Amino acid sequence: MIRELTCIICPKGCQLKVELDENKKVISVTGYTCKRGEVYANTECTAPMRTITTTAAVIGGGVVPVKTDKTVPKEMMFDCMKVINQVRVSEDAKLGDIVIENILGTGANVVTTRNVKI
Amino acid sequence: MSKVDLVIIGGGPAGMSAAVAAYDAGLRNILILERDTSLGGILRQCIHNGFGLHRFKEELTGPEYAYRYELQVRERNIPFKLNTMVLNVSPDKVITAMNSEDGMFTIEAGAIILAMGCRERPKGALNIAGSRPAGIFTAGTAQKFVNMDGYMPGKKVVILGSGDIGLIMARRMTLEGAKVEAVCELMPYSGGLARNIEQCLNDFNIPLMLSHTVVEIHGKERVTGVTIAKVDERRKPIPETKQYIECDTLLLSCGLIPENELTRGAGISIDRVTNGAFVDQNRQTDIEGVFACGNVLHVHDLVDYVSEESEIAGKAAAAYIMNGKHEKAVAIELKTDGKIRYTVPQRITSEENVTVYFRVADVYRDVRIVVKDGENVIINKKKQKVAPGEMETVTLTSAMINGITSGSLSFGIEGIN
Repeated sequence: MIRELTCIICPKGCQLKVELDENKKVISVTGYTCKRGEVYANTECTAPMRTITTTAAVIGGGVVPVKTDKTVPKEMMFDCMKVINQVRVSEDAKLGDIVIENILGTGANVVTTRNVKI
Repeated sequence: MSKVDLVIIGGGPAGMSAAVAAYDAGLRNILILERDTSLGGILRQCIHNGFGLHRFKEELTGPEYAYRYELQVRERNIPFKLNTMVLNVSPDKVITAMNSEDGMFTIEAGAIILAMGCRERPKGALNIAGSRPAGIFTAGTAQKFVNMDGYMPGKKVVILGSGDIGLIMARRMTLEGAKVEAVCELMPYSGGLARNIEQCLNDFNIPLMLSHTVVEIHGKERVTGVTIAKVDERRKPIPETKQYIECDTLLLSCGLIPENELTRGAGISIDRVTNGAFVDQNRQTDIEGVFACGNVLHVHDLVDYVSEESEIAGKAAAAYIMNGKHEKAVAIELKTDGKIRYTVPQRITSEENVTVYFRVADVYRDVRIVVKDGENVIINKKKQKVAPGEMETVTLTSAMINGITSGSLSFGIEGIN
């Protein structure tokens, strides 16, 4: 079977066609214009991954933007959100500080994306 | 009245990269005026990733991208004033501004870079029937509430307009526990990037209803629902297709408008298509020494291009101050055929290579972008697909520019089936 995808790696948004066998194994990929598109098509059809960008509460009030420093399995996004929404970030945290290490065993750390104090 | 060589109005990505470029070109007497509480502009609330792939060859979030430029500004000790609102720019480059520390003050600027960015098209401009209960926000306002202040504006959401901010907010609200019922788009195509439709809507099974609009807003104190309908080719709602969707929040993502009140006040002429100033290849407006760059000039899809454009303006402003006035070369006007909506710059006074940015009016497939000097074709570039949501570029070489005989270039699209 053929699966059509939009590559999400860059703003170009290439339209990919992935040929899969009956066990959903990737046979071929077409439509990509760079190597990353081919890699994306393969992971997307086997184990789709996403980066989470959200906010975390700061001790003393307010929020700070955070992200996972690697992609996490797509189906774990909401579970990760639950964990992130429970954390309280120090008021002294700087851009890139780890807020949660290895979130839910995914291998990704949750890190701040700006200094809490401006 | 103090004197400053270069005053930059706006400390967002455009203003910061213009300042850094002007400094690196050798100019030292620079001042950035920013109305918000910190540098960074709208990127501060754009916490999603996808910024910087062109510039830094890595995927950054908005705050990270902004911080890289803020560090560059700070490393160079380029002065900036925060919480400072510019009230007026005069044609002879006198800036009137105010803040709570200095009160009202004026600056005589040698050159000015306008980098005020853009704002969202408000609901008042959309003519939707019904009352005006609480729960109607522009997508960017909702983004500020959620990402900067930590408040959720609602739980059941309908989004009108499929611009990128609307798509990004569909995902953001969903991740934070809201239910996004639908994204309605008046046009038969989305104004957002294909990747955002994929990762912000499809990932969460949020329906994108093309050729649909909101025809009525329900609710007295708070939004209780909206009526949506399909539209015909003339974009008129078809009454039989009306359907009611229960929701407590309506987000509007219906386009951005460059914020040019100061530009108009200075008497600078504005392109009615871009809603930004007419500029030459240096991003100089029709007042000598006044430049414009970033979303105040035309709305960009990628901040990477904003930085690129602002460096052009910053460098040119530095050269204007340091090398004295430019001799006025004969201007070549860039014209468009309607299928190409606009070009930036709109005129060329240089004999060096110039990259021209442009946007198309509709989705066209298997076409050629044709640039002509009179009847003489000088560029003929094949494109598989062009869309209004994605800015295109062509580069005019100095040989092409020197060879122009008709005094203008026409930009068009041909070979459309």
